[in-house]
Amino acid sequence: MFTEQEIDKLAELSRIALSQEEKQKFQRDFESILGYISELKNAPVADRKLSADDHYLTNVMREDNDAFMAGANTAKILAEAPKSDDNFFVVKQILDHGEDN
Amino acid sequence: MAKIINLAELDIKKAGEAIRSGQFSAHDLTEAYLEKISTRNADLNAYLEVFTDALAQADEVDRKIKAGELSGPLAGIPMAIKDNILIAGRICSSASKMLTTYHATYDATVIAKLKQGGVIFLGRTNMDEFAMGGSTENSAYGPTKNPHDLSRVSGGSSGGSASAVGGDLALVALGTDTGGSIRQPASYCGAVGLKPTYSAVSRYGAMAMASSLDQIGPIAKTIDDAELIFKTIRGQDKFDSTSTDDLATSKIPAKFKIGVPYDLLGAGVTEEVRKNFDETVELLKKQGHEIFPIEMPNLHYSLACYYILMPAEASTNLARFDGVRYGCHVDGQDMIEDYFLSRGAGFGQEVKRRIMLGTYVLSAGYYDAYYGKADALRRLIAEDYRKAFAKVDVLITPTAPSVAFPLGQNTSDPLQMYLEDIFTVPVNLAGVPALSVPTGKNGTGLPFGLQITGPHWSEDLLFALGREIVR
Repeated sequence: MFTEQEIDKLAELSRIALSQEEKQKFQRDFESILGYISELKNAPVADRKLSADDHYLTNVMREDNDAFMAGANTAKILAEAPKSDDNFFVVKQILDHGEDN
Repeated sequence: MAKIINLAELDIKKAGEAIRSGQFSAHDLTEAYLEKISTRNADLNAYLEVFTDALAQADEVDRKIKAGELSGPLAGIPMAIKDNILIAGRICSSASKMLTTYHATYDATVIAKLKQGGVIFLGRTNMDEFAMGGSTENSAYGPTKNPHDLSRVSGGSSGGSASAVGGDLALVALGTDTGGSIRQPASYCGAVGLKPTYSAVSRYGAMAMASSLDQIGPIAKTIDDAELIFKTIRGQDKFDSTSTDDLATSKIPAKFKIGVPYDLLGAGVTEEVRKNFDETVELLKKQGHEIFPIEMPNLHYSLACYYILMPAEASTNLARFDGVRYGCHVDGQDMIEDYFLSRGAGFGQEVKRRIMLGTYVLSAGYYDAYYGKADALRRLIAEDYRKAFAKVDVLITPTAPSVAFPLGQNTSDPLQMYLEDIFTVPVNLAGVPALSVPTGKNGTGLPFGLQITGPHWSEDLLFALGREIVR
């Protein structure tokens, strides 16, 4: 059973505020979805992490230089920000005044 | 007075010829679509926004045609664009409250290419929020209805684009497809839909859901139209490092070897869909094509595999919505509470569900059991396709297990909704192309669709066989 604590933990990791109603619904939903995707546990493969040697994947490299024109869209991008000041996004202070480190 | 144009009979070729020969102008055609939209969109909710400058765009195209600056097949063709593809300066919301007032800062590569061809952008179409869903009922702006029956869904997530094309509210449209989001709505609305080979079309400017699966493609009235749009938008793009220029053309056989994975057609497929499929098989046999039953033993893991990989990728892609750089911002007591409140208010339920599910399968202790296993299985599924295509030219299945279902039928049970993707999802996992073509209608006028799948870069094969099947 998916507990409310587990939902709270996932919401915290996901940085999403949930209503009480959503928490209850997600508990039920996750129970059935995870039940379904857990059928993979019986699948005939060993656990394997991504590796670059798979025949259908090739890596694409480029020089780290001119893919984007620096500053070309700055004004347009900043205009979409909820809060901006000069050439900066505005966020709340994350360190207390007076702290040395 | 506006010229009377019979939109139902038009395709891109006929419209283009009429415009170039002066039978009607891009302005006349655009006006005809705007009129149709004004009478039908309130019922269908296919468009979230109709661009107020559509006629001005058309006038500019008419001017360029007269001046000899534009002469291609897309000059003056009115098109609808899914709301997750950026058009510079216009709102692009992914049908989310997160991006209600977000203006695109640049053109997606596909948009730049279409603009160059002289396409008229009529508006942006409804979709499941951030392309998460199969019915367009997850839109923050209400569901899109099916043009063939207003009590039924349009399919999704590109439901607005499919409904617009199926209802003659656009001549052609763009959608995106991560697990069937072009093909399934196209099938439900009686249109043609193409999910191109992974990497054939640049995704630069398409909002990312699951980057190892997403593709942009056309929803069209005819196979010719889908082919024309595909050939216009494909190609390598330096802004999408996964795009490539591999344009290997397939040799088209006079008679196809066609595989059918019959194991997949068992439970869950409605009787009428199965009957329609069997009729298509008979038709193909009569035309001299050969049908082979094909075993693809790992395909039944596709959905479980997909509903691990897709949310995992979506949870990372949607981390960018932080209430700082763009979109919905709700003020909290401190920085971290800003994140929680902004994302809590901006995202709808399905989006939250998938982000949390993705976070779960990627978390320490579960990563190997879920993500690692799904990733390994994905390779086995791709291998099943590779082996199948050593024996046959293409594979066919129905596009979806049922015709368009009634609104609300699957909204309370997300798992049931996910199971609708059974035929389309494995195609994305393998990265191969697939085309959905209409194969007639049931007794109440609801369209059936057939999915043709081929090896990487075999779009030409799909178009060729599709032309023999479409009805």
